[in-house]
Amino acid sequence: MERPLRLIQANPLDSLARTIEALLVVASQPLTVDALVEACADEVERVETALGLLGERYREGRSGIVLEQVAGGWAFRASREAAEACGRLFERPVERNLSQAALETLAVVAYMGPCSRPEIARWRGVAVDSVVAGLVERGLIAEAGRGDLGAVRYRVTPLFERVFGLESLAALPRLDDFGGDAEQLRGRLESLAERRPA
Amino acid sequence: MSVRELELDLDAFEGPFDLLLTLVLREELPLAEVDVAGIVLAFVERLAEREELDLDACGEFLVLVAALLELKARGLFAGEAELEDLEPGEAAEELARRLEEYRRIKGAAEWLAERLALDGDRFFRLGPAPLAPRGERRLAQQDPAALVAMLQALAAEPAEVSLAHLELRFPPVSRFLEQFRAVLGRRQRFDFDHEVAGLTRVEQAVAFLALLELRRAGEITLEQAAPFAPIRVSRGVVDEEVAWNVRSA
Repeated sequence: MERPLRLIQANPLDSLARTIEALLVVASQPLTVDALVEACADEVERVETALGLLGERYREGRSGIVLEQVAGGWAFRASREAAEACGRLFERPVERNLSQAALETLAVVAYMGPCSRPEIARWRGVAVDSVVAGLVERGLIAEAGRGDLGAVRYRVTPLFERVFGLESLAALPRLDDFGGDAEQLRGRLESLAERRPA
Repeated sequence: MSVRELELDLDAFEGPFDLLLTLVLREELPLAEVDVAGIVLAFVERLAEREELDLDACGEFLVLVAALLELKARGLFAGEAELEDLEPGEAAEELARRLEEYRRIKGAAEWLAERLALDGDRFFRLGPAPLAPRGERRLAQQDPAALVAMLQALAAEPAEVSLAHLELRFPPVSRFLEQFRAVLGRRQRFDFDHEVAGLTRVEQAVAFLALLELRRAGEITLEQAAPFAPIRVSRGVVDEEVAWNVRSA
């Protein structure tokens, strides 16, 4: 007699965990706890506990599929062990060949967004029209309304968080942690200014 | 070594340096798109290849690149006139602040690049969100009687459309026969145009038919001096060949 596969022996959340597992397999984007609660018609605490059980079952080194918390939700991905095989079969057009200009623009939008193209250009010191268009096409940034002067503003998308493996934008390091020797730079510029003839 | 012949291969431009300068000065190439650091790099590489320091070329290059940088800075901060009024110390402070900002962004970009390199083995499913639309949209409270009244208004027979304005009213030809006979009873001749002045076009046409009818019966003679000239109507038939020239009307 056939018996259903039991994820965790004799756990009262078995059925709920299987349902969540199915939902995550069908989804092509991370599912929030709220979405899972609504789909399963169950309680938040029980869904979170079931996700914990699934996380244990689908963790790196134990399964070819890994459950991760990313982009504000939960999603399956391939295990790192299988990455080489995946790379032979699948393209990754979103993150392929991201230029330095594109990464700097992404950084500005991620930390300062929503922001307009003139604002990004002011930060980077060069025109950013084509770079922004490329990032929109890749789906890493998207329009987020208009600013006071009518310029379109941009923000990063959940796909950005997923590509960079971020639980949310709060997982980005503090911007102040970058750019260490600012005081030295300031001192050099000030001494140059003093030496300049009036 | 000629600085102006320096070959460049930038994202925004490919060709000799002097052509780049020409295009920039003619405003055919936006300077904001030009990577000045790339130009410097190309020049330094050329210098390294020659293995000797050409001071003249370096001087010329410095002057040109400085001018380019100034132009580019002015172009990028065109709307910031207040910066021009800054004292040297304040300008240095402002520049330092902006460079710091950029340095942080550059650091963040490096962090993202490292993250991408470290997470290069993450494969996941991508695709449009296949989530079912939420069927939660509910109608506001409705009054059935109001719905009935609305349906009744829609089902009511529409009023008949009047075509009265399209109808042509033709007066009887006999009316004009009698009128013209009465006039000729009083006078030997009359002008047709004068007699029908003030009538509608339809009435005038019917009056003309009456005129033809009288002519056919031999009661009148018609004369017209030239096409579109007044038609003169006389009592009785004179000479058929001479009198009948109404066709030209």
